[in-house]
Amino acid sequence: MSETHTTATPDRTSSVPSAPVSTNGHQMSDHLQPKLLIGIPKEVRAGERRVAATPDTAQKLQKLGFDVLVERGAGETADFPDQRYLDAGCRIANDAKEVWATANIILKVRAPEQHPTLGVNEADLLTPDKTLISFIAPGQNQDLVKRLASTKATVFAIDSVPRITRAQKEDALSSMANIAGYRAIVEAANVFPRFFTGQVTAAGKIPPAKILVIGAGVAGLAAIGAGKALGAIVRAFDVRPSVKEQIQSMGADFLEVKIQESGEGTGGYAKEMSKEFIEAEMALFAKQAKEVDIIVTTALIPGKPAPKLITKAMVESMREGSVIVDLAAENGGNCELTQPGKVITTPNGVTIIGYTDLPSRMASQASQLYGMNLYHLLDDMGGGAKFHVDLEDEVVRGAIVTQNGQILWPAPKPAVVTQPAAAPKPAPAVHAKPEEKKKKSGWVMPAVLGVVYIGLVFGAPASFLQHFTVFVLAVFVGWQVIWNVTPALHTPLMSVTNAISGIIILGGLLQIGSSMPTTVIVLGFAAIFLATLNIAGGFWVTQRMLKMFRK
Amino acid sequence: MTLSESFASVSYIAAIGLFILSLGGLSQHESSRRGNMFGIIGMLLALVATLAIVGTHPDASASTFGILAVVLIAAGTIGAFVASRVAMTSMPELVAMLHSFVGAAAVLVGFSNYLGPQHAAGSDALVHELEIYIGIFIGAITFTGSIIAFGKLNGKISGKPLMIPGRHLINLLMVIACVVLGVMFVQGTEAAAQGGLTELIIMTVIAGVIGVHLVMAIGGADMPVVVSMLNSYSGWAAAAAGFMLENDLLIVTGALVGSSGAILSFIMCRAMNRSFISVILGGFGTGGGSSPAAGSEQPQGEVTPINVDQTADMLSEAKNVIIVPGYGVAVAQAQHSLAEMVKLLRDAGVNVRFGIHPVAGRLPGHMNVLLAEANVPYDIVFEMDELNHDFPTTDVAMVIGANDIVNPAALEDPTSPIAGMPVLEVWKAKTCVVMKRSMASGYAGIDNPLFYKENTRMLFGDAKKNVDALVAKLRELEPA
Repeated sequence: MSETHTTATPDRTSSVPSAPVSTNGHQMSDHLQPKLLIGIPKEVRAGERRVAATPDTAQKLQKLGFDVLVERGAGETADFPDQRYLDAGCRIANDAKEVWATANIILKVRAPEQHPTLGVNEADLLTPDKTLISFIAPGQNQDLVKRLASTKATVFAIDSVPRITRAQKEDALSSMANIAGYRAIVEAANVFPRFFTGQVTAAGKIPPAKILVIGAGVAGLAAIGAGKALGAIVRAFDVRPSVKEQIQSMGADFLEVKIQESGEGTGGYAKEMSKEFIEAEMALFAKQAKEVDIIVTTALIPGKPAPKLITKAMVESMREGSVIVDLAAENGGNCELTQPGKVITTPNGVTIIGYTDLPSRMASQASQLYGMNLYHLLDDMGGGAKFHVDLEDEVVRGAIVTQNGQILWPAPKPAVVTQPAAAPKPAPAVHAKPEEKKKKSGWVMPAVLGVVYIGLVFGAPASFLQHFTVFVLAVFVGWQVIWNVTPALHTPLMSVTNAISGIIILGGLLQIGSSMPTTVIVLGFAAIFLATLNIAGGFWVTQRMLKMFRK
Repeated sequence: MTLSESFASVSYIAAIGLFILSLGGLSQHESSRRGNMFGIIGMLLALVATLAIVGTHPDASASTFGILAVVLIAAGTIGAFVASRVAMTSMPELVAMLHSFVGAAAVLVGFSNYLGPQHAAGSDALVHELEIYIGIFIGAITFTGSIIAFGKLNGKISGKPLMIPGRHLINLLMVIACVVLGVMFVQGTEAAAQGGLTELIIMTVIAGVIGVHLVMAIGGADMPVVVSMLNSYSGWAAAAAGFMLENDLLIVTGALVGSSGAILSFIMCRAMNRSFISVILGGFGTGGGSSPAAGSEQPQGEVTPINVDQTADMLSEAKNVIIVPGYGVAVAQAQHSLAEMVKLLRDAGVNVRFGIHPVAGRLPGHMNVLLAEANVPYDIVFEMDELNHDFPTTDVAMVIGANDIVNPAALEDPTSPIAGMPVLEVWKAKTCVVMKRSMASGYAGIDNPLFYKENTRMLFGDAKKNVDALVAKLRELEPA
């Protein structure tokens, strides 16, 4: 489907910033209306460096059939100067007002907030015909949701995209968590006064750093990976036993508590645990705190403040120079001493990093991933030509917050029953027959064997039985020997058994020797001829084949 | 017992031992050539011993031996000549042809034995006549069945299964006719010295028709089962000849070959998750009576094509590559180009391995032989079970000329006609490149959801041309 749009790119690049939305020059017949315009305003939150579209994703959006309007300087903090956007075929708007006023679809990173230069809340710039897609956190920001609803605009929360397989490419939370986890290790390494990797040098032996990662979601796993890559010993803990394998696959040790309780919640998150479990867990952390050099905490429970896992006493028990990176700082922090947004050093020399903007600290990378998440969502919603809001679509339904003044969030629980109902019906039709057959052959074989057995007991002459013994034994020997043959040599096996079955030549030879009628001798010679072909051909080709197999 | 007889007996025992060692030798590549030598020595020993019996017989004449020498040398030369010329891609045809010879020889031996002087009487005679009858029956089926298999593998006969309405009934009627004829034959022999010859000939014709009909109804990709089944039959035919001649060497050898073919058939059937009976009784989807495509739903998504340059880049950047070849490699004669590509990649430090499905190709182990011919070292060629769990750590899985054996529907869709068939899980690799001539479905006639997966790239075109282009491109990339 992308092919039809590829022609749109080249003639875009020449358009001047202030030119009106151009619709000519495209051979797409269904394009009588102007294309939908995507607006990328500059983020207003202090310290926010990300942008909702990079030159790369902006170009991709144009291939979907959108036009893209970027506010002047929107990408600067993410190292994307305006010229790059122009080169990618975007138009540049002089100020935020122009973006909000002319764009049909607004893509943002942060949820709307008070605009410092315009003096209004960004939410109030929306009109009923506009669509906004950004992080919203509708669960925590009830007032904002009401405010958005009052504008009658269509608003999607990218952070509410359901965590299902199909929507993985739209999962911005995972994209950002991945960056946060990586950055957590980098930040820790920055203040940690030792090597991560163990070394034996001429000047002495250096032990490797030990890292404890609490919570093995996307961020936790990314932290494990980054820590391992720097050479540290990494341990990880999670209340969900199902992530044990994932932790081990990243190369970390999985720490376990003795109490059996699963903390599996919905949507890939953990639930709150029982008192006994928490006590055991805390004892484990207290023990680990004395051993490890770096602790990365990522524990979050949806809709609740982050659980306090690292107490003041634990921090005091840590060695000097140790580092704690609290990825839950924005939700209150997993460590009692964390101060959101700040780096502090305790009296005993432990650094606690409470940055809440880790993805923003890698703005270029974060913007690219986030931009791709948005691109995939828009692609799923029909692209530029067929853009529509389909509430039947599980992803769209999950992400939508408001439409026509109504608050549609949260989405009803997905109906799970639809899929399996259709499946079982055709299944029996396909499988019934073979089963029947199996049943039949199940009693046919023993019956045949039984008849043969009785027949042999009563009817067979002694000489036959003697040969029959040899026959049966040979079948068993053959069975044993052949199972040992390696499948790679099955073709040589066939050709060699072919050659060997040429032994039927003996039948011919034994016929021609005695004073037989001519017909018998002729038949015998014919059999000898065919069998010899077989013997010579079979052995020869086997030898040829086996010679070819080499290491 | 005369000297020649005891010589023969001891030689026969030695030959039996050597044949068993010969098959045992094939358990490993290292011992396989020695195994073949054992087989050759065993066969020579058996021949010499038998000639000794024949030669010491009072009425052995020099002229008989003269003719015999001519026949042996002529047939031996022809056999060796054909065997030294046959292309490895044509191995299935050769094997099928050789099967037909055994079947024909068994029929001939049966008739000549029947027409020769009879010694036995009473129940011994009855058993002897039954042995002849059964021997000819099996031999005739093997003979005609193998010829049809040869034609199908050769492309002279369409690979499509021939479905005559009521064919199961026809088969059943023909088998019943043979049983009835058998009873008439036994009665005939009792009445006159060579009575029942007519019945014997009619039965041979009918058995021949059964052979033709059985194999005609089986489709191209089921050929591994058919060929190994015919292999098995040729063994049983030899064993039956052994019974009628009261020759233990023939019995033992026939039994060895028979069970070998039976095991191979079993392995092939298991690899397709189908019962032997359902394979023999005909192609896919006939059991349910509905067309197989109707049940399975159309896979969703889009196909992502890729070109040769991108594929070459991807391969040269990969660390682990698994190549899954199928019958298409043999059709396109792409094995040599493929080997060259693998060599280039391996020289560049890429870990390249081959994954072979048991039923890939038209003969058990067909792919292994093709790769061996192209000088691919056998220690990078693995069976399905050996590397199926390695796909998640593989950067590029490359499927060439294969379809059903990499179809995820076998595991994911319980309504699929191939549900439960073990397959190579190529879609678990980071990227899966599928080389294919078109979007046509495989032998089972069902769509392959693999082509629509997000991490699948389709490289359309002739396998050999594409691989050659890849080789050229990789050469370009190499110095950089």
